[in-house]
Amino acid sequence: MGPKSEELLKNAQQEEYHHLVNRVKPKPPILQNCIWAFIVGGLICVIGQIIMNYLLNIGLNKVDAGSLTSIIMIFLGALLTGLGLYDDLGQKAGAGSIVPITGFANAIVASAIEFKREGYIFGVGARIFSIAGPTLVFGFVASVLIGLIRLIMIS
Amino acid sequence: MSIIMAFIIGGSICVIGQLFMDLTKPGITSGHILVGYITAGAFLSAVGLYQPLIDLGGAGATIPLSGFGHTLAQGAIQGVESEGILGAFSGGVAATAGGITAAIVFGYFAAVLFNPKK
Repeated sequence: MGPKSEELLKNAQQEEYHHLVNRVKPKPPILQNCIWAFIVGGLICVIGQIIMNYLLNIGLNKVDAGSLTSIIMIFLGALLTGLGLYDDLGQKAGAGSIVPITGFANAIVASAIEFKREGYIFGVGARIFSIAGPTLVFGFVASVLIGLIRLIMIS
Repeated sequence: MSIIMAFIIGGSICVIGQLFMDLTKPGITSGHILVGYITAGAFLSAVGLYQPLIDLGGAGATIPLSGFGHTLAQGAIQGVESEGILGAFSGGVAATAGGITAAIVFGYFAAVLFNPKK
């Protein structure tokens, strides 16, 4: 056997191996993940809706009720993260626990809580923003751009 | 009824995020999802596509972070209409001030009071 045919054999073996790996490797269970995300994300929004309905019932206007609902949901997200329960939920729920505003609170607490040893000012105080920072930067930039575009449109 | 619609719309909005995480190359983190949602929510709101979702799903559309982007965008738009250019800078943050301050204050105290799980 010349070196050429040896190489061909090696290539064929490699190809067969890749084929086998692709077959055996577990695919991400996309459908299952989506069902979990749907149920958990939906239920978090249901909790928000129940709070909002209650606030509207006791006479708050729509804007204030929406604002206070967000504040209460953020409080719950931060509390459950501190207790270590939110991250357990996130293992299964994926985006269902990230996308709601409770997930924003979770990102803030989870990134800050590990840095207590660096102190309460430049440890916790700074690390709070490692995920909240980029989120707020892009939110504020979008908001100002939209405002300026509106200004050009109406003038 | 509002509760069922919140479940369906809120769940669907989360599924879109899950599909992004599962179908794109690895490296999409929760941070990317949050940044993407707030930005997408703001621009969808600016072109008038987010308000119908809120009319339909209530908290199902306001609780996802895209709803926060919507509040930022509408705050800026209303700010411009009442105060001109100053409103472009102050309107969005003013509309979301409660939520942002709550996130920082509650987030700080939760991180200080609780200890990381081992």
